[in-house]
Amino acid sequence: MILPIIIAIVIISSIAACLAGLLNIAEYFFANYGPCEITINDDRKFTVEGGEKLLSVLINEKIFIPSACGGRGTCGLCKLKILEGGGTLLPTEEPYLEEYERQNNVRISCQVKIREDIKIEIPEELLNIKEYSCKCIEIADLTYDMKLFKFQLLEPDTIDFIAGQYIQLLTPIYEKSGEEVYRAYSVASDATQKNVIELIIRLMPGGICTTYCFEYLKVGDEIKLNGPYGDFRLSETNAPIVFIAGGSGMAPINCLLHQMKNENINRNAVYYFGANTVNDLFYLDEMKQFESQLADFKFVPVVAAADKDDSWDSESGLVTQAVERNLKNADQCEAYLCGSPGMIDASIEVLKKLGMNEKNIFFDKFE
Amino acid sequence: MNVNTEIWQGFVVCISAVFTNNILLNYFLGMCPFLGCSREVKTSVGLGFAVIFVLTSTCILNWLIYHYVLVPLSLEFFRFIIFIIIIAAFVQFVEMLLDRTSPLLYQKLGIFLPLITVNCAILGASLFMVIRNHSLIVTIGYGLGSGIGWFLAIIAMAGIRQKLANEHIPKGLQGPGIALIIAGLMALAFTGFAGVLQGN
Repeated sequence: MILPIIIAIVIISSIAACLAGLLNIAEYFFANYGPCEITINDDRKFTVEGGEKLLSVLINEKIFIPSACGGRGTCGLCKLKILEGGGTLLPTEEPYLEEYERQNNVRISCQVKIREDIKIEIPEELLNIKEYSCKCIEIADLTYDMKLFKFQLLEPDTIDFIAGQYIQLLTPIYEKSGEEVYRAYSVASDATQKNVIELIIRLMPGGICTTYCFEYLKVGDEIKLNGPYGDFRLSETNAPIVFIAGGSGMAPINCLLHQMKNENINRNAVYYFGANTVNDLFYLDEMKQFESQLADFKFVPVVAAADKDDSWDSESGLVTQAVERNLKNADQCEAYLCGSPGMIDASIEVLKKLGMNEKNIFFDKFE
Repeated sequence: MNVNTEIWQGFVVCISAVFTNNILLNYFLGMCPFLGCSREVKTSVGLGFAVIFVLTSTCILNWLIYHYVLVPLSLEFFRFIIFIIIIAAFVQFVEMLLDRTSPLLYQKLGIFLPLITVNCAILGASLFMVIRNHSLIVTIGYGLGSGIGWFLAIIAMAGIRQKLANEHIPKGLQGPGIALIIAGLMALAFTGFAGVLQGN
């Protein structure tokens, strides 16, 4: 009785083992692409084992391509120009590419598998992006739902960025989220202060990253971020400036004001900052300081629900209404907008109505 | 039986597996992908081709293993496990082969190939071929026919569902409800083919 059972087990196991062996051999022949050379911008070269996706190879090489979905092929952000050796365009990439991009060999890098030597083009500014490990050194309350987070950079210990750019904060796995996610935040601190980064974060109920920052992150904790990204920055003209921001849109504007102070930029500037109630206002002292330090700067806080609070004697209503009331020389000005998409779209509408050229409106939408 | 009659028999079995003994509409095997992937004709064509290919190949493989390994060792009762292992390994192998030789086809079928491992029509066909004592040539005909039958059924289903997408369907019947009714009507229609072969 025992013998047939043993024979049966042996046979089954050996058939399974044979199949596993065959699969391994097949994998050795089919999935082995050998070493492949990757050339970036005709300049940097490195060799990797073929078979992996281009995006993950680049991340391993510490080259960070913006990607919101983490390589699942659902965001279409990790576009790259592939000059040689990317194979044919795949159906999974098609929905994310415009006709002119297809003609220019632009591909979605998380879908491209490395099967041969490959030549790619990456914009210079993306090569500047690094991953930083840093330590949280201060958490300060700004309003009831906004906090200022200060991070000291550990490795590398300095960052070069242009005022107005943003970084991506890596939220680790924690109690309420089973996966690592990146979220973008504009840098609020002075760009000359190279080893500390300040972020202004508003609590989004249910948000993975903001919940982590507000409820779990403690002073002394280490966290990772990468950057800098983005092309929101001060132009090099002499035109008068109109800043318009709301909520955490304060961050990049604060950074630009630091830049104006450091570089002695004497352009005329008015900063309209919109808030729902007086309790939503913050950084008033800092702005007062900028008013005294900068040659020609005025801070105009605008409170929407001011009528409930009698002590408020400055501008009230929507920030766009305040701009409409006060801005007289719109056609000569440049505008820098930061905040929610709704506020930005409304502001662009008003500025165009006041006669501003669309080319002079720069914005950073927090989506 | 000489080879010629066997080939003829295989042909007849193939045709009957497509129409009169359709594995999907007569035996209701492989229903989950049939209902799950039949919203668009394009995807169902991809899945259908993958099923034809895997079903035919695994039927042949399983026939060989069954008659040359399991029967001599009188381990026929193990066929369920062995067939499943072989189907899974074969699908893995095909995935690797396609990824290497035709990335485009791999991407098109890629999502469906792993799904096929758990498609019970594949296992069902292998088990039927044992129960019915088919010879190798007849098994080839049977596997191919079953695959084509499944393919035809899912394409017809996808075509009907695409047409229905713009129609007004009562709320309680939307989705799986109407799909099952269509499947039932199609099964009735396919039983009409039964007379064709019997008449001969």
